[in-house]
Amino acid sequence: MLARRTKSNLCRGWQIALLVFWSVSALRAAEADATPGHGTNIFSPASTPAKSIFDLSVFVLAITGIIFLVVFGLLLYSVVRFRGRAADGGREPAQVYGSMQIELAWTIIPILIVVVLFLATARVIHAVQDAPEPAGALDVIAIGHQYWWEFRYPKLGIVTANELHIPVSDHDHPTPTFLQLLSVDTDHSFWVPELAGKTDLIPNHPNRLWMDPQRTGIFLGQCAQYCGVQHAKMLLRVSVDGPEDFASWVHAQQKPAAEDAGAIAGRRVFERNACMNCHAVGGTSADGRFGPDLTHLMSRATIAAGAAENTHDNLRLWIQNPSAIKPGSLMPAMKLSDADLDAVVNYMETLH
Amino acid sequence: MSATTAPFPNAAENWDLPSRGKVAMACLIIAESAIFTIFVVAYLFYLGKSTPGPTPSQVLETPIFYTICLLSSSLTIHLAAKFLARGIIFAFLGLWLLTIALGGLFLFGTAMEWHRLIYEHGLTISTNLFGTTYYSLVGLHAFHVTAGLIMLAIVAVFGRAGRVGMKQSYHIEVLAMYWHFVDAVWIVVFTVVYVLGR
Amino acid sequence: MSSNVIPVPVGQTEARPWVDELHQWLTTVDHKRLGILYIASALLFLMIGGVEALIIRIQLMHSHNNFVSPEVFNRMFTMHGTTMIFFVAMPVLFGFANYLVPLMIGARDMAFPRLNAFSFWLSFLGGLLLYFSFLGGSGLYGAGNAPDVGWWSYAPLGARAFSPGHSSDYWTLALLVSGFGSIGTAINIIATILCLRCPGMKLNRMPLLVWMNLVMAGMVLLAITPLSAAQIMLLIDRYLGGHFFDTQAGGSAVLWMHFFWIFGHPEVYILIIPCFAFMSEIIPVFSRKPIFGYPVMVAATVCIAFVSMSVWAHHMFTIGMNSYANSFFTLTTMAVGVPTGIKIFNWIGTIWGGRIQFKTAMLFSIGFLFQFLIAGLTGIMMAASPFDWQLSLSYFVVAHFHYVIVGGILFALFGAFYYWYPKMTGRMLGERLGKWHFWLFLIGFHLTFDVMHIPGILGMPRRIYTYESGRGWDTLNFIISIGAFIQALAILVFVANLVISYFKGARAGNDPWDAWTLEWSISSPPPAYNFATVPTVASRRPLWDLKHPEDPDSRYE
Repeated sequence: MLARRTKSNLCRGWQIALLVFWSVSALRAAEADATPGHGTNIFSPASTPAKSIFDLSVFVLAITGIIFLVVFGLLLYSVVRFRGRAADGGREPAQVYGSMQIELAWTIIPILIVVVLFLATARVIHAVQDAPEPAGALDVIAIGHQYWWEFRYPKLGIVTANELHIPVSDHDHPTPTFLQLLSVDTDHSFWVPELAGKTDLIPNHPNRLWMDPQRTGIFLGQCAQYCGVQHAKMLLRVSVDGPEDFASWVHAQQKPAAEDAGAIAGRRVFERNACMNCHAVGGTSADGRFGPDLTHLMSRATIAAGAAENTHDNLRLWIQNPSAIKPGSLMPAMKLSDADLDAVVNYMETLH
Repeated sequence: MSATTAPFPNAAENWDLPSRGKVAMACLIIAESAIFTIFVVAYLFYLGKSTPGPTPSQVLETPIFYTICLLSSSLTIHLAAKFLARGIIFAFLGLWLLTIALGGLFLFGTAMEWHRLIYEHGLTISTNLFGTTYYSLVGLHAFHVTAGLIMLAIVAVFGRAGRVGMKQSYHIEVLAMYWHFVDAVWIVVFTVVYVLGR
Repeated sequence: MSSNVIPVPVGQTEARPWVDELHQWLTTVDHKRLGILYIASALLFLMIGGVEALIIRIQLMHSHNNFVSPEVFNRMFTMHGTTMIFFVAMPVLFGFANYLVPLMIGARDMAFPRLNAFSFWLSFLGGLLLYFSFLGGSGLYGAGNAPDVGWWSYAPLGARAFSPGHSSDYWTLALLVSGFGSIGTAINIIATILCLRCPGMKLNRMPLLVWMNLVMAGMVLLAITPLSAAQIMLLIDRYLGGHFFDTQAGGSAVLWMHFFWIFGHPEVYILIIPCFAFMSEIIPVFSRKPIFGYPVMVAATVCIAFVSMSVWAHHMFTIGMNSYANSFFTLTTMAVGVPTGIKIFNWIGTIWGGRIQFKTAMLFSIGFLFQFLIAGLTGIMMAASPFDWQLSLSYFVVAHFHYVIVGGILFALFGAFYYWYPKMTGRMLGERLGKWHFWLFLIGFHLTFDVMHIPGILGMPRRIYTYESGRGWDTLNFIISIGAFIQALAILVFVANLVISYFKGARAGNDPWDAWTLEWSISSPPPAYNFATVPTVASRRPLWDLKHPEDPDSRYE
C-alpha cells in the first residue's frame, strides 16, 4: 500500500512531465502543419500593436510562470512529503489552525505582483488604444456583414470586399492603417492575429483599430465574434504591399469596371436578374450595397469571404448554388439556366 | 452511533437567531432591487437617445396625487400591523382596507396616465427608446403593486372571515415589508422618471 | 417540517409498490430527497450535455469536416453551454447545498421545505423547456429546432430579425423559469443558515461549506436577477416591439453585454465557491488536520464575492471600451486573483504537516488544486486586456474556462461524490473503480484541455463549425477530440461505480472517514428528521471534540 501511494505520486510527476514535453512538441508540430508565411500565430507579431501585446504577454507569462513553479512546487512537495504512512499508527498530526504572519505574507506578495502587472498592462493599453493618428495614415472603413467584410477607402474612392490591401509601414516614415469598424447587422470581430489584437464590429457602436505592418506579405484572419450560421467562413485576407504595389493596386481599384465587348451577354444577364439589387459594379447601373462590390472581383484571390478560391468552377458553383460552398450564406441560388450562368461567369471574369 | 453531540457547559446561554420570514423577505427584496436596478439603468442610459417620437418633457405629467396615495399606503399598512400586534382587529382591518384602496387608486392613476400617453400622445412601448424603457420600468413596478394588492386582498378576505389575529401578526409584518419595498421602489422610479428624466 | 415518511434502510426492503415510492419522491419536501433529485437531474443533463460536446469534437476532428451541418453545430455549442451551466452545474451544487447545509448546522430541514420543492421543480421544468425546443422551436414550419445563438445570446443576434421562430424564446424562458427557482433556493439557503443553526453554532463556528454556501446564495440574489431583467427586456423586444437592444432604433448591443456579464461573471463565482466549500471540507479530513486559516478563508470568500461583482467587463475587452474602462477592469480582475490565491495557499497549508490519505476523494481534490491554479493563472493572463485582445474569443479562453469548470468544478464535484455518497446511501463508492475513474478522467482532461490552449494561440476563434487547413490547427484538434472520448469513458466508469456501489458497496456506517462535522454524527443515510435531539456545539469541529475530549478544539478557537 505504501508502494502504491509512492507510485501514484511519482506517476503524477511523470505524467505531468510527459504532458509538458508533448505539448511543446505538439506546438512545434502544429507550426509545421501551418503553411509558411500564412500563419495566424499571436506570437509572431508583424505590426506594432501586435508587438506591444506580444512584449506584454512575455512579461505576463514570465510572472505567471514563476508563480506556477513556486505554488506547484509547494503543492507537489506537500503531497509527497506528508503522505500518511502505516508507521504513523493512526495518530493524528499536529493540529495547526493557522498563522497570521504567513497569511499576511501571502496576501502582500500577491498584491505587489498585481500592482506591477497592472502598471505594465496599463501602459500598453494606453499606447495601443490612445495612439494618435499620424498624418500619413491610411483610413479604411470596415463594415461587417453576415458573412463578409466590406472595405471602403473614403479618401481614395475605393470600395472592395473581403481582401484588404494596406501599405507596409516603417518606423522612420510610418504609414499605419486606421480602420473604423462598423456593422450593418450583428456583432463581428476583426482578428488578424499577426497584425493586431481583435476589435469588435458592433452595430450602432463604431470602433477603431490600427495597424502598421512592418513587413510585406499576406496575413490571414477571420471573424472572431459569433455572428450567425456562417461565422466560421467569414475569413480575412490582408495583403500588405510595398509602396509601388500598393499604389498600383489603388490605381487599379479606382478605375471603373472593365468593359469587355465579349461579355455583353453576361452583363445583360447580370442586369436583368436580381444581381444588381445586391451587388455594385462601378461605372454601370448596378449599385446594390447588400452584397460585396464586384467591380474588381478578379483582383481577389478568394470568393465568399475566403470560403473558396476564386476559380472559374468555384465562381460558377457559387452563383448557381451558394449553399454548396457556404450553406446559410445570404446570397440566394440564382436559378439561372446553364447558358445564362456561363455568360454571367464570363462577365464576372472580365472584372479585373 | 445515534448521536448527538453531548451538551457542553456554557454552550448556548442565549440562543437567539433571526426569524426566517423576515430574513426571507429581506432576501427577496434584495433580489428584486437588483432587477429594478437593471431597468433603471436602462432607463437612464437611454435618456435623450430616442430618435423619433415624444420625449419625456413633452408628454410626462408628474403624478403627485397618486404618489401621495401610494406613499400614504405605507403609513396605513404600518399602522394596521401595529394595531394587529395589539389585537385591535377592527382598526387593523379598516387600515388594511384603506391600504388596498390607496394602492388601487395608485394603479388607477397609472392606468389613466398610460391611457393619456397612448391615445393623446401616441406613445407606446414600441414607439421609441423612451416608450420602451418607460413602460417597462413603470409597468414592472405596477406589476409588483398588483401582486402586492392581490396578497393584501387575500389577507383582507381572511380578515373579514375573522381568521387574522395576533398570532398572525408576524406574517402581516413580513407582508408589510414587501409593501414598503414596493413604495420605496416607487420613490426611486418617480425620481428617475419624473424628476431627473425631464 | 421534513417528510412524514421514514426512508426504508437499504437492505431491509419490504415489498413496496413502486408507484408509491415514486409518489413519495415527486411530492417530497425533505431537503435530503430534494438534494438527491437535484443531483440526479444534473447527472441526466450532464450526459446530454456531454453528448453535445462529443458531437462538437467529432465535427472539429479535422478541417472541413461535415459530420454535422453548420446549423446543427451552432445549436450544439449553444445547448452544450446552456445545459452545462444552468442545468448541470447550478442544480448539482444546489443539490449538495440542500443535502448538506441543514445537516451541518444541526437543523431538521431547510427553512422553507415547500419553497425548496417548488424551486427544484421550477429548475427541472426549465431544463425540460430548453430541450423541448428541439421539437417546438421553429414555430413556423412545424419542424422544431433548438436555439443557436450561443449561450450568451448577444444582441442583436437574439432579436427577432436574426432569430426568427421560437428557438431563442425557449432559451430565454427556460433560463427565466429556472432563474426564479435559483432565487427561491438562494433565499432558502440564507434563511436556513441565518435562522436554523443549532445552539452554540455561532457564525464563526459554522463549517466552511456552510459559510461558502451562504456567500454563494447571496451572490445568486444579486447576479441571477440582472439576467432575468435582461431576458424580460429581450422578450419585450421580441414580442412587444420594444427597442432595448434594437440597434436600428438607437438601442445598444453593448447594453445587453453589460447586463449579461453583470450576471455572467458572478455566476462563475457562484459555481466555484461551493466547490471551494467541498475542498475545504475534504482536504482537512484526508490531511487529518483542521483547515489552515479558517477566518482568512471566510474573509477571502466574502472578498471574492464583492470584488467579483466589479470585474464583469473583462468579458468585453474587445468591444471597444475606452482605455480607462479597460484599465479599471484589468485592475479589478487581477485583484480578484489575490483572495483566490490566498485560498489555494491555505489549502496547501492544510496539507502541509498532515498525514495524507489518498482516497479517491482526495485524489480529485489534489487534481483540483493543481488545475485550479493553472486556470487561475491563465485567467490572470487574460486579465491583462491587451493580451486578451488576442486571446479572447479564441480557443485559449475556451481552454481556460473548461479548465476551471471541468478541471476545477467537476473535479471538486467528483471529490464531493466520493466523500458524501456514503452518507447519502449508506454504501461506499468502490475505491478501485474510483481510481480508474480518476486516472482516466485526468488523462482525458489534460489531453483535451492542455492542448486546447495552443490553437487559441495559433489564432483559432471559437464557435466555428469548421476551419481552414494549413493554419496548424488540424493535429491539435484531433488530439483534443481523442481526449474528449477518454473523458466520456471515465464518466461511464463513474456512473457504473454509482450504480454498482448502490447495490454492492461496503456498508458505510455513520462516519467512514473519521470526520468532524455534524453530518457524520448520524446514520448513513440519515433518518428523515436528521437529529433525534438538536445538537449543541462548542467549536468548529464538534466531532473532533467528542473523539478527543482531552484536546478539544474549543480550547483553541
